[in-house]
Amino acid sequence: MILALHNYWSEQGCVILQPYDMRVGAGTFHTATTLRALGPEPWNAAFVQPCRRPTDGRYGENPNRLQHYYQYQVILKPSPPDLQDLYLKSLEVIGIDPLKHDIRFVEDDWESPTLGAWGLGWEVWCDGMEVTQFTYFQQMGGYDCKPVAGELTYGLERLAMYIQNVDNVYDLDFNGRGVSYGDVFLENEKQMSKWNFEVANTDALFDLFGKAEAECQNALQANVPIAAYEQAIEASHIFNLLQARGVISVQERASYMGRVRDLARGSCEAYMAKEKDRWISAYPEWQA
Amino acid sequence: MSDFLLELRCEEIPARMQKGARADLEKLFRSELSAAGVTPGEIVVWSTPRRLALIARDLPEQTEAVSEEAKGPPEGAPDQAIDGFCRKNGVTRDQLELRDVKGRATYFAVKNIPGRAVKDVLAEAIPAVIRAFPWPKSMRWGAASLSSESGRWVRPLSGILALFGDDLVECEVHGVTSGLVTAGHRFHHSGDITIGHVDNYQEKLRACHVIVDHAEREALIRDKAQSAARNAGLVLVEDEGLVVENAGLTEWPVPLLGRFDEAFLEVPPEVIQLSARTNQKYFICNDASGNLANAFICTANIEAADGGAAIVAGNEKVLAARLADARFFWDVDRKKSLAEHAEGLKRITFHEKLGTVADKVERVAKLARWLVEQDIVKGADAQQAEQAARLSKADLVTEMVGEFPELQGLIGGYYAAAEGLPEAVSDAIRDHYKPVGQGDDVPSAPVTIAVSLADKLDTLVGFFQIDEKPTGSKDPFALRRAAIGILSLILENDLRAFMFDLITAAAHPGKTSEAGREIASFLIERLKVQQRDANIRHDMVDAVVAVEQGGDNVRMVKRIAALQAFIGSEDGANLLAGYKRAANILKKEDWHGEEGEISRTGEEDPLAMVDDPDLAPVIRAKMDERHLEDLSYEPDDAEKALMEALSKAEPRAAAAVAAEDFEGAMAALASLRAPIDDFFENVTVNADDPAKRAARLSLLDRFRAAVHNVADFSKIDG
Repeated sequence: MILALHNYWSEQGCVILQPYDMRVGAGTFHTATTLRALGPEPWNAAFVQPCRRPTDGRYGENPNRLQHYYQYQVILKPSPPDLQDLYLKSLEVIGIDPLKHDIRFVEDDWESPTLGAWGLGWEVWCDGMEVTQFTYFQQMGGYDCKPVAGELTYGLERLAMYIQNVDNVYDLDFNGRGVSYGDVFLENEKQMSKWNFEVANTDALFDLFGKAEAECQNALQANVPIAAYEQAIEASHIFNLLQARGVISVQERASYMGRVRDLARGSCEAYMAKEKDRWISAYPEWQA
Repeated sequence: MSDFLLELRCEEIPARMQKGARADLEKLFRSELSAAGVTPGEIVVWSTPRRLALIARDLPEQTEAVSEEAKGPPEGAPDQAIDGFCRKNGVTRDQLELRDVKGRATYFAVKNIPGRAVKDVLAEAIPAVIRAFPWPKSMRWGAASLSSESGRWVRPLSGILALFGDDLVECEVHGVTSGLVTAGHRFHHSGDITIGHVDNYQEKLRACHVIVDHAEREALIRDKAQSAARNAGLVLVEDEGLVVENAGLTEWPVPLLGRFDEAFLEVPPEVIQLSARTNQKYFICNDASGNLANAFICTANIEAADGGAAIVAGNEKVLAARLADARFFWDVDRKKSLAEHAEGLKRITFHEKLGTVADKVERVAKLARWLVEQDIVKGADAQQAEQAARLSKADLVTEMVGEFPELQGLIGGYYAAAEGLPEAVSDAIRDHYKPVGQGDDVPSAPVTIAVSLADKLDTLVGFFQIDEKPTGSKDPFALRRAAIGILSLILENDLRAFMFDLITAAAHPGKTSEAGREIASFLIERLKVQQRDANIRHDMVDAVVAVEQGGDNVRMVKRIAALQAFIGSEDGANLLAGYKRAANILKKEDWHGEEGEISRTGEEDPLAMVDDPDLAPVIRAKMDERHLEDLSYEPDDAEKALMEALSKAEPRAAAAVAAEDFEGAMAALASLRAPIDDFFENVTVNADDPAKRAARLSLLDRFRAAVHNVADFSKIDG
């Protein structure tokens, strides 16, 4: 399925990338999405991104909730006029016939306060199941997207469950030769759920959060915004872990989110500032 | 005369926005036409997820020619002025006309604006409508969005069909050029569809699997969903909101019936309905005996070759997964008692200055018990009220409410019943959030009343005490709603209590108690809002509040209603006029009683020593009667009649007020109407004799006081 998507999006002119090698909550955090959504330069990319959402862990007991799962992400900037058609063809490529299955675009706008980002779009339904998040980015890092990028996020496990017609994610056939998703990931889910919820040393996590925050500032001062952004991602994930450990109160939550947002925005701002002159000379009609 | 068809196509418009969009399209189009002086015949507007369509009938081919003229400076005015006038009106000097205005030759600019082709008007109107369209949320898209000036639409705009008579109306907006083609169903039809005439539009689209008229799709969903249920021996649970939403999600709606495992029916029906409705937009069905059936109806957007078997199977799986989650929560939650769940409330902050939810529950439990013990809420068991209050918020920490927050209360009620708690307790847990806003059911079960009232009082008083009051449109803690809830509970259930006592009882220890007065006036303001819906005037509320002590709402509302009825009657209106006249005279004369007044009401009179407020008017009447003999002159007839009427009315009104017979009190006041009218007709208040003047002003003062004992008429408008 991933290969079919890679082939298809590659034919559409996308750069095929590898996952970002950091712990992130969604494919959107990949620099290929967040940072590349800024600025005027065209950018088309597709990649798989493993995602970690510590609070979604269910110790391997829930048939469709995981603390670690995979997204397939496509970003096309500027958003092409036929983006919906391109997307629908990609569904056919992985075996979903739109005359047999009911494909629908249901309003679902996207917002990430931590990234200072929002967009309008839909969740795409296949026979009532959400299989893709389809978003036209309007802002990123607090900046208007000029031009707007279209972002497609496929939930790979869900799509696979649909195509293979299984009810439990752990029953997914991984290789057609008897290896299931559970064989690969069940133990991982159990142990990581336990660590996320019960074991992780919270003092160490608070310490790491502070260090990531400081390192982000350090990188910003040295004008290396990509490095700063990595520290923002790191802080974001540590915040999620602290949440899962239940040691952040409701009031503190807003303040931590604000701190992560400041890091992410600061990184975007520095990225913009660094690239600005080059962008303006190549695209005179563009303004920040 | 020709007809006009406009179709604006775009990517899927959110269902909830389509109704507003249809109205906006018609409104903007009409206003563009009317600015150009064109009057359309009938206008029809349709919507699907992918298009807005407008048909305007019987438009003229040409607008009317108009002639506009402007008056300028007189002949002989400085050149500068005349040139300026020409520039302003876009004419040359030799085009000016000279006309006689009151004997002076004056320049006039006459502009003859010829009629325009309506096609041209339309070509300008379309971009104007699109640019001005007020979508609740709109976006930029595509390569053009490199510039922040790029156009906005609800989702990317993809096509414009504009046909006037047989002709294309040429225009371009947001990078889209108008044409004569439209598109059919996303999956059932590919390629362009050319529309040659307005009247073919609807049927050509239908042939391409698009029902463009939203009302037709709605009717179809309604009918087919009903018959799908009927064919399965079931009854559709009708839901007009879902009908409209599904019509807004489909161009070719096909309702299909699916099933889920009967075992899920052990989960509360509200949970199943919510899963099906909110998340999946499915209708649900009842069996013949009115219980929830294990069936749902989804609305597909295609006519699938297999009759929808794969679609139904897919949707069944999605719903089953959701219901499995719900049953998992239902099972897990019931492994603990509500009391055990309630322990978890200690970890949830209610508000940083008001402690945890557990702290709140503790306060509410005490207050609920107090309300019962004080006999304010009658017929409840104090123990049960306290118990229900302690468990009322426990469901907030259950998995089920975590997943379905809108079911708070209801879920707690189910769990309490499953635990075998008394019905009064589980009902109270279920309903204690009610009433949620005006128009919601007001609880009438005693234990529920106690918990609900205690909960809302605690919230209202607590937030006022920490100075978190609603300001303007901001009311983050929904205190207005809490106040309305408190008033509804009190009034509908005839709860007799002074507002000040309730506020004092609800006051959080250790917090400022200064808020009491503010809360009381906040409640009075809410009472006005609430009574406004019953067509009670705010000034009536003020007139009664001014004379009511302590704020027993039930008593006040009765009094207010009687007052408004009275003021609405002829007697009442006249008495009000008499009152205003008396009050004006007293104000003008700056009358504060005559010299020696003290001796009339002072200690020497044994009757004045009695301080029972209910007796006061009676005593006063008695004393006035006595002093009547003291008058140094023979009173006029009308004067005497007013005195006598007052002597009769005062004790009658007082007794009626004490007995809460406010109609009786108003009737007593009504008896003063003729005497006060006669008095003003026949008696000169401002008499030359100072003794007469003083006595008559005193009499008016007495009349005013008598009226005040029933209501403060000075607060009444008019």
